[in-house]
Amino acid sequence: MAENIRLEVVTPEKSVVSEAAQIVMAPGTLGEFGVLSGHTPFLTTLKTGSLKYKDETGRERFVFLSGGFAEALPDRVTVLAESAERRVDIDIERAKAAAERAEKRMQSGSTDTDFIRAKAALLRAISRIQLAETR
Amino acid sequence: MPSLKDVQLKIQGVKKTKQITKAMGMVATSRLRGAQGAMEGFRPYAEKFSEVLGSLAEKAGDEASPLLIPKEAVKKIHVVLCTSDRGLCGGFNINLTDSVKKFIKSNPDPEVEYSFTCFGKKGRDWCRKNQYAIVEEHLGIVGSRFGFNVASTAGKKFVDGFLSDDYDEVYLVYSEFVSMAKQLPIMQKLLPIPPIEVEAEETTEKTEYLAEHICEPSADELLGELLPRNVYVQIYRGLLETSTSEHAARMSAMDNATKACNDMIDNLTLAYNKARQAAITADLMDIVGGAEALKG
Repeated sequence: MAENIRLEVVTPEKSVVSEAAQIVMAPGTLGEFGVLSGHTPFLTTLKTGSLKYKDETGRERFVFLSGGFAEALPDRVTVLAESAERRVDIDIERAKAAAERAEKRMQSGSTDTDFIRAKAALLRAISRIQLAETR
Repeated sequence: MPSLKDVQLKIQGVKKTKQITKAMGMVATSRLRGAQGAMEGFRPYAEKFSEVLGSLAEKAGDEASPLLIPKEAVKKIHVVLCTSDRGLCGGFNINLTDSVKKFIKSNPDPEVEYSFTCFGKKGRDWCRKNQYAIVEEHLGIVGSRFGFNVASTAGKKFVDGFLSDDYDEVYLVYSEFVSMAKQLPIMQKLLPIPPIEVEAEETTEKTEYLAEHICEPSADELLGELLPRNVYVQIYRGLLETSTSEHAARMSAMDNATKACNDMIDNLTLAYNKARQAAITADLMDIVGGAEALKG
């Protein structure tokens, strides 16, 4: 069994995850990537989506991420995200309401920037919902 | 000489004031704790962020992003002014607005146009009074709980404004929380982003391992992605610092006010007792005088 790596997920508001993991799978902008212990130093931006990792006992855990980047080093992975939530902490009702709002705005949005923003919001809401429902 | 009744009323009034200042001080104390907690929570992110940014900046070229390049002529300066919404916190807001005033005065070019984005009502009122253009105002943020999105939505507008030549320079004015007793107004350049300095002591070790970093996308692109976020991080930090400072300033202001109330109550009580005793003495004199007159 390979050694564990240290996973840190921090947002500007708080530290969300700080524990040992066997493997970490993260949604990079150029494609999903997995990190095991002994990874080459690596820096990438992340897209909205979910981060998956196996904790020490081998249980799979999920974290929702949006807007951020990750640094992988041989012994640790650090994720800096604008927002991050563990799956259990996701508020489905709120995400659904956000998705609805975003859809409405996309239909009525007058400017391009409105549209782009609404689309990003919708994407965030949808990936939250998807993650929360894959139990 | 004020009458007894007047002094008594005055004492009661001061006591009521003292109750209020004391309560406000206590509220500020508990809010301060919350604000400090938020600052603590932000620290790991900020540290990691500047670490990554510093090492990336070394790797990427100097002109990797237009946000790094100063404009040739600076004619339009935008100031992001963070103040509190409410007063009763000593010289807190005045210190902040004074630093802006000084900055404007120190710039000899009369053709520079200033515009403002105000976080906090006091700063907005100051801008209105001095008839500066206010692009945006955000009330109800400083001093309460707020998320990172506040900083990023506002910051995005500054970055866009800088790129579209609406602003030639953007400054952030906030109050740094040095200690409970000391809050320093700070004026910081947000855009163009000043050259990022890497702390000397750590440089050697870091450049070594970062030389091997694989970057995805390229280091330049990555830096381009991170620099705007750096602006948001700065704004967020400024807002957190200002909030914490506000509560600390209010706490000490209210503490002083409560002490002043105590002093006043002491003095007034003394005056009251003196007046009371003088009245008793006068009464006694009257009675004794009357009795003497009857005897005679």
